[in-house]
Amino acid sequence: MTLDSYIDYVILPILAVSLLLVFIRLFKGPTIVDRVIALDLLITIGISVITVYSINTGKSTLIDVAMILALIAFLGTIAFSYYIEKRGRK
Amino acid sequence: MIDILIGVLCTIGALAILIAAVGIVRMPDFYLRLSVTVKAATLGGGLLLLSAAFYFPEDVSVTTKALAIIFFLILTAPVAAHLIARTAYLIKTDQWEGTTQDDLADKYNEETHELE
Repeated sequence: MTLDSYIDYVILPILAVSLLLVFIRLFKGPTIVDRVIALDLLITIGISVITVYSINTGKSTLIDVAMILALIAFLGTIAFSYYIEKRGRK
Repeated sequence: MIDILIGVLCTIGALAILIAAVGIVRMPDFYLRLSVTVKAATLGGGLLLLSAAFYFPEDVSVTTKALAIIFFLILTAPVAAHLIARTAYLIKTDQWEGTTQDDLADKYNEETHELE
């Protein structure tokens, strides 16, 4: 089994199932902070999917997108926590 | 040989991310969900990025970029988790009924949100 088919048939399906599970929490989440961490985890898994896809296709340019996504995830969580604290309710 | 190393790193990273995703669905309250997801997702993403760094060995810029993203993830994930947990505590998110100890109870000022 080559590395490409292993990534295609094992790694990417595991990541896809993880994305579906996190989406359950994003839709259900009883409070808004649950949805914020679900979004944060969603972007982290997105970074992982982009990285694995760049290994699979051999295009190293895609790593740049992962870097920008990591920045946006951090800034988004910080902004959410700042404004939710200012609003002051669940 | 390098393919086996990349495969092992990818497998461990993907399983860590799967554990984080199962944890965010199954854990009973917000604080437990946060403590599961941040650590496991950082480990999983870091291992997958490390395998990308091994996969492009002839290109130093890709390795540097992958290591920079790992460094950035390790640097920012605890900060973001701390801030969102502080916010959740200040807006009085419900705790699990099995929680027995709350060291921060009555220590935050209600108006200024500062520790007394």
